[in-house]
Amino acid sequence: MVTAEATIRTVPKSESGIWSWITTVDHKRIGLMYGVTAIFFFLVGGLEALLLRIQLARPENDFVSAETFNQLYTMHGTTMIFLVGMPIAVAFFNYLMPLQIGARDVAFPRLNALSYWIYLFGAIFMNASFLFNAAPNGGWFGYVPLSSDYSPGPNMDFWVIGLQVLGVSSIMGGVNFITTILNMRAPGMKLMRLPPFTWMTMVTSFLVITALPVFAVALFMVTFDRFFGTRFFDPMAGGDAELYQHLFWVFGHPEVYILILPGFGIISEVIPTFSRKPLFGYSLVIYSGILIALVGWGVWAHHMFAVGMGPIADSFFAITSLIVAIPTGVKIFNWLATMWGGTIEFKMPMLWAIAFLLFFTFGGVSGIHLGVAPADLQETDTYYVVAHFHYVLLGGLVMAIFAGIYYWFPKITGKFLSEKIGRWHFWFYVIGMNMTFFPMHIAGLLGMPRRIFTYSADLNLETINMIITIGGFLTGIGALIFAYNLIKSLKGPATAGPNPWGASALEWATQSPPPAHNFNNIPVVTSREPLWDDEAAMLEQANGEIKKPIHMPNSSYWPIFTAFAIVLSSALLMTGQWWAPLIGFGLIALGILNWTHEPA
Amino acid sequence: MNHTAVAATHEETSTGLSNFKLGFWTFIGSETLFFGALISVYMVYQGRSVTGPYPSNVFDIELTTLSTFVLLMSSLAMVLALAMVQKGSRKGSLFWLLATAVMGMIFLGFQAYEFTHFVHNGLKLDTNLFGSTFYLLTGFHGAHVTVGVLWLLALWVQALRGQLGQGDALRVEVAGLYWHFVDIVWIIIFTFVYLLD
Repeated sequence: MVTAEATIRTVPKSESGIWSWITTVDHKRIGLMYGVTAIFFFLVGGLEALLLRIQLARPENDFVSAETFNQLYTMHGTTMIFLVGMPIAVAFFNYLMPLQIGARDVAFPRLNALSYWIYLFGAIFMNASFLFNAAPNGGWFGYVPLSSDYSPGPNMDFWVIGLQVLGVSSIMGGVNFITTILNMRAPGMKLMRLPPFTWMTMVTSFLVITALPVFAVALFMVTFDRFFGTRFFDPMAGGDAELYQHLFWVFGHPEVYILILPGFGIISEVIPTFSRKPLFGYSLVIYSGILIALVGWGVWAHHMFAVGMGPIADSFFAITSLIVAIPTGVKIFNWLATMWGGTIEFKMPMLWAIAFLLFFTFGGVSGIHLGVAPADLQETDTYYVVAHFHYVLLGGLVMAIFAGIYYWFPKITGKFLSEKIGRWHFWFYVIGMNMTFFPMHIAGLLGMPRRIFTYSADLNLETINMIITIGGFLTGIGALIFAYNLIKSLKGPATAGPNPWGASALEWATQSPPPAHNFNNIPVVTSREPLWDDEAAMLEQANGEIKKPIHMPNSSYWPIFTAFAIVLSSALLMTGQWWAPLIGFGLIALGILNWTHEPA
Repeated sequence: MNHTAVAATHEETSTGLSNFKLGFWTFIGSETLFFGALISVYMVYQGRSVTGPYPSNVFDIELTTLSTFVLLMSSLAMVLALAMVQKGSRKGSLFWLLATAVMGMIFLGFQAYEFTHFVHNGLKLDTNLFGSTFYLLTGFHGAHVTVGVLWLLALWVQALRGQLGQGDALRVEVAGLYWHFVDIVWIIIFTFVYLLD
């Protein structure tokens, strides 16, 4: 026992090699794998967008067929939401949240690995549809009957099964993050001392575990319609297509906040650091985030004003939707107030954060227009809507993600991303993004419908579409410059110390990159900005001599095995034989059995 | 194995609840939305089938009341099983774990009988909206009971091998949380689907 004690006191070694990544349960490695996979799919989804833009650059173009166009926009939306937006946030949650709360790992490390592998295999499964020339083609929200009777091929089978599987991964992640934040905080890390990013991780995770199950039910119903002959949404059988829309948006609107709240969390970290001031109105920013999530549950039908729900329902959902603007506005003003009177440093993360404030607000304002039911009736299903949500996502979420990557890159790698290349990335992206999406407002108001593969030359939409396409390519160049910056900076020297930006939160107390066990000794927290109050003491606790034995979870290959079995059993449903998934069930059972029998 | 088991029971957490229990509560929170959506779908489509058979043609309330009673009693057995494990009584643990699992299986037997009986009366999954929503809802519930039975049997096997001591009470407690949850869901389904029809 004495010898065991002695070995356990030494710093756990980080292993290397591909097998160590396959079997890893380290939250930092899993976070990195999430991040790399999400960036890969970001490029895939971006490529799909550019193909769409080439087709729309000229009227009556025949670059792609109508059917291919349907597949491309469906997969563009599905990819960007489910394979990029959610997982890139999960990458940040995974890597940073345990560091921010002073933990050594998440609550369920193997479950965390399982989430990642299901995400990867699910994403591969869904994109494998391209090999069969049968990519999903019913739109990213899969409205019936576009996702059922009108798409008899295997296309939407890939979609319903793939998303069901990805949902399982997300829910597991949500459970894991909530448990970690509530249960594994360092001594003294009270809830109201949590860094705002960790707070938003928790709020987002609550939305994930509550919204995804509703989507699961909608997906199951479409799956049963497609495979087992039910007619859930067929009016001839008494069914109602509107029910699908309600179920979808009951999930879909919280999903919007699932995408943006992590961005809010990142911005709330970056702005105080580069303004050298604590976050103004911390409690109000946190409560506003919670309020957005709560109210976000009661606004879903603003996506359905054109359905004809009647004036009372329309009014209700218009009012609740506009109410969301209040806590959002509170946050914007708190960020501005944080900058006010601060010593602002215009490093890349801060530039992105400021751009975020501008363009996210812009997207929010067109959202207010769309929330007003009578105006929405004119704008719905036109490029105005496309312009709105791309401003929120590319002007909001993606800018926050860029801010986050530039901000935490030194923590993750010990190296800085190039500020010089970063500025090229910034300006190409900002100009390109605005050039793409600002004219879309006008195209939409002029009546250009979304999801139409071509348009007549008589409509005078030619110039505007050409401008949009050129803007799209500029944005794409920006993304490539970013990729170049990542690769080039990785080859640079490791010059970042533990706290290169002089930030306040706990992740900056440990080394860059952090050791496998994160902290030599778990720091004791006495305030909201521990490193600003006593940086030397925090660094000493985090990096000083190890005083207590460190027990790290063992690596395991059962997560990847079980994930494969889960995706396989779901994919076997495609054979059309009801018993085929049972083969996969057997493998899942085998995985779980071994999982429970290995020492964690 | 022993070492980790000891570590697991002594883990210090911010809330004082073990990770396993807190995580499982969170998961149950997620499950309520799943069943909430399924039950809502059933309610929305209630009475909208354009062809029979309708609920009144096939439901046998007495029979389902009996199976509901068995499932309710299984929750009592679950409570006793946990108490026995906490007390360290191997015999008691074995008996009540098995009793809970068997009552779960009896419930599933009733459900299998009910489904067969309904199919004989012309109600299949694709017959009408009632059939589709009914089988979807009760089918998913039945699947949850099945998972619960397998879980209980796994615990029973461990108890048999002497691997389920007082220190493992947490694992039984969490299995119990799941079991009670599935039971409560059934009470709601029974009320809304069978009684309020």
